Amino acid sequence: MTELLLSFRLAFLVTAILLVLATPLAYWLAFSKLRAKFLIEAVVALPLVLPPTVLGFYLLIAMGPRGPFGKLWLALFGHTLAFTFTGLVIASVFYSLPFCVQPLVASFEKIDPKLLAASQVLGAARERTFFRIILPLSLPGVITAAVFTFAHTLGEFGVVLMVGGNLPGATRTVSISIYDHVQSIEYAAANQLALTLLAISFVLLALVYGVNRRVGVQWLAR
Amino acid sequence: MVSALAPRSLSVRARLQRGEFHLDVDFLAEPGITILFGPSGAGKSTLLDCIAGLVTPDEGEIFIGARQAFSTKHSINRSPQSRHVGYLFQSAALFPHLTVKRNVEYGILDLLVGPRESAVREILQLFHVGNLADRMPAQLSGGEAQRVALARSLVTNPSALLLDEPLSALDAGLKNSIIADLRAWNAVHEIPILYVTHDRAEVDALGERVITMDQGKIIQQGTPREVLDAPRHPRLAQIAGFENVLEGTVNEIRLDNGVMRVALGGSTTSIEVPLAHAKMGDTVRVAIRAGDILLALERPVGVSARNILHGAIDSLEQRSATVVCRVNAGALFEVHVTLGAARDLHLQPGREVWLVLKTYSCHVVA
Repeated sequence: MTELLLSFRLAFLVTAILLVLATPLAYWLAFSKLRAKFLIEAVVALPLVLPPTVLGFYLLIAMGPRGPFGKLWLALFGHTLAFTFTGLVIASVFYSLPFCVQPLVASFEKIDPKLLAASQVLGAARERTFFRIILPLSLPGVITAAVFTFAHTLGEFGVVLMVGGNLPGATRTVSISIYDHVQSIEYAAANQLALTLLAISFVLLALVYGVNRRVGVQWLAR
Repeated sequence: MVSALAPRSLSVRARLQRGEFHLDVDFLAEPGITILFGPSGAGKSTLLDCIAGLVTPDEGEIFIGARQAFSTKHSINRSPQSRHVGYLFQSAALFPHLTVKRNVEYGILDLLVGPRESAVREILQLFHVGNLADRMPAQLSGGEAQRVALARSLVTNPSALLLDEPLSALDAGLKNSIIADLRAWNAVHEIPILYVTHDRAEVDALGERVITMDQGKIIQQGTPREVLDAPRHPRLAQIAGFENVLEGTVNEIRLDNGVMRVALGGSTTSIEVPLAHAKMGDTVRVAIRAGDILLALERPVGVSARNILHGAIDSLEQRSATVVCRVNAGALFEVHVTLGAARDLHLQPGREVWLVLKTYSCHVVA
């Protein structure tokens, strides 16, 4: 079960990091009037269309001892990032970025601009408008973003294999482990892990849709 | 009139070009309700956005009270947060996740709890929604929501209040009672209130002053009577419901009687109109309400009306309870008569009729 715990730790960390990083990015994408915005939108969406191997390959190069980022990391910490848990977290942040950003942007954009104007005219600084109006009204989007990111990171395979390799306790996540079991024709063990992952993913998604319905209804109910 | 630096007035000069739309206004609104009247697309909302700081004019100068909110000359452009204006939209724009009380206190969160709560309680009571403090916005009726929205704006003691058709969806009774509460509040605070509407009835009911806008420009200012009953601009005449705007040439001026005669559109028909600022031979336009013209089957005698024109019915068209009658009497006149009158007089196309027009029903517009 160490694989499962490792996957959960990874998914949890990545979700926490992404919520912090993706929120300002999503805010910018939702409200910026800059024309070049579409370029950033395209970059953010790239992991959705790229094969994980492509993304994994470039991340591996960047993190490797000769990559710019890897070199810096080596100088700072004395070891490279590739094939470590930290490297896996960084790679997953890139890989799961669109799953966090897109629901946030969608829910920010759905907010009635009149509410934001009202908040501004009532004297609220940008931060107050964000924390008291935008964020609470986007709660369904935030929950969706968090769960999608979590579930997606939990189930990633290609990038992990490229960047993390297959080191027990460090980078062997549950999806890699299932693959290993199948390769060694240990179907029972593979099935046990696969079924656990399936169940967890289903429960998480059901929770999101259930909660979101509630939250939406609460404010609109007469 | 008070000078532009009168501490409580609102003075706006703004120019803005957005594609085809060109806003160019210059006016002063004193404490009290000033109506901004005009058809939709006239730029009324854009103008309010400029005052609130949500839209930046290309050029101009805006004073809200004694504070300069915007000036291209002095490179001043205060943020909407620091302009201290109240702004109400057609939708009340209450924050849906906050109770009425939390909505109202939103603009005064920097106050201590004690004064804050009493301010909220007071203003809610003033607008007769004190009992709704713990409701969610979704549980309010349209009128209640706008009362709360007003309370939320006014609790901040703004220096000016901008109202963008906030009451247009409410019935007249409700509207009047909310306006009465607003007037009561403003009797004490005396701030300028700009009230945007495209509804003629609201202009008559509300305004001490009316500014009429069309296509981004102010076309007339004054009291509702001056602006709507004596429009000096042909476009305004149309907006204000003058169906007949006829062009003609001044061919007689009677200073002693305070009247002049205008020959209509090159025809031999001429009508007597009140004296206006015009010279012999000038081209002027005359606005006449279709409902102000009398229709007779025979030449009337012994009436005070000075204009009795002979013509023939060109066309008839029924619009709900009104019959729109077009009469060719040298120029084409639109005359409105009731269904009953049209029936009793056996009006039909081709029928000869006499038109009766009082001199004072004819308004010379620029």
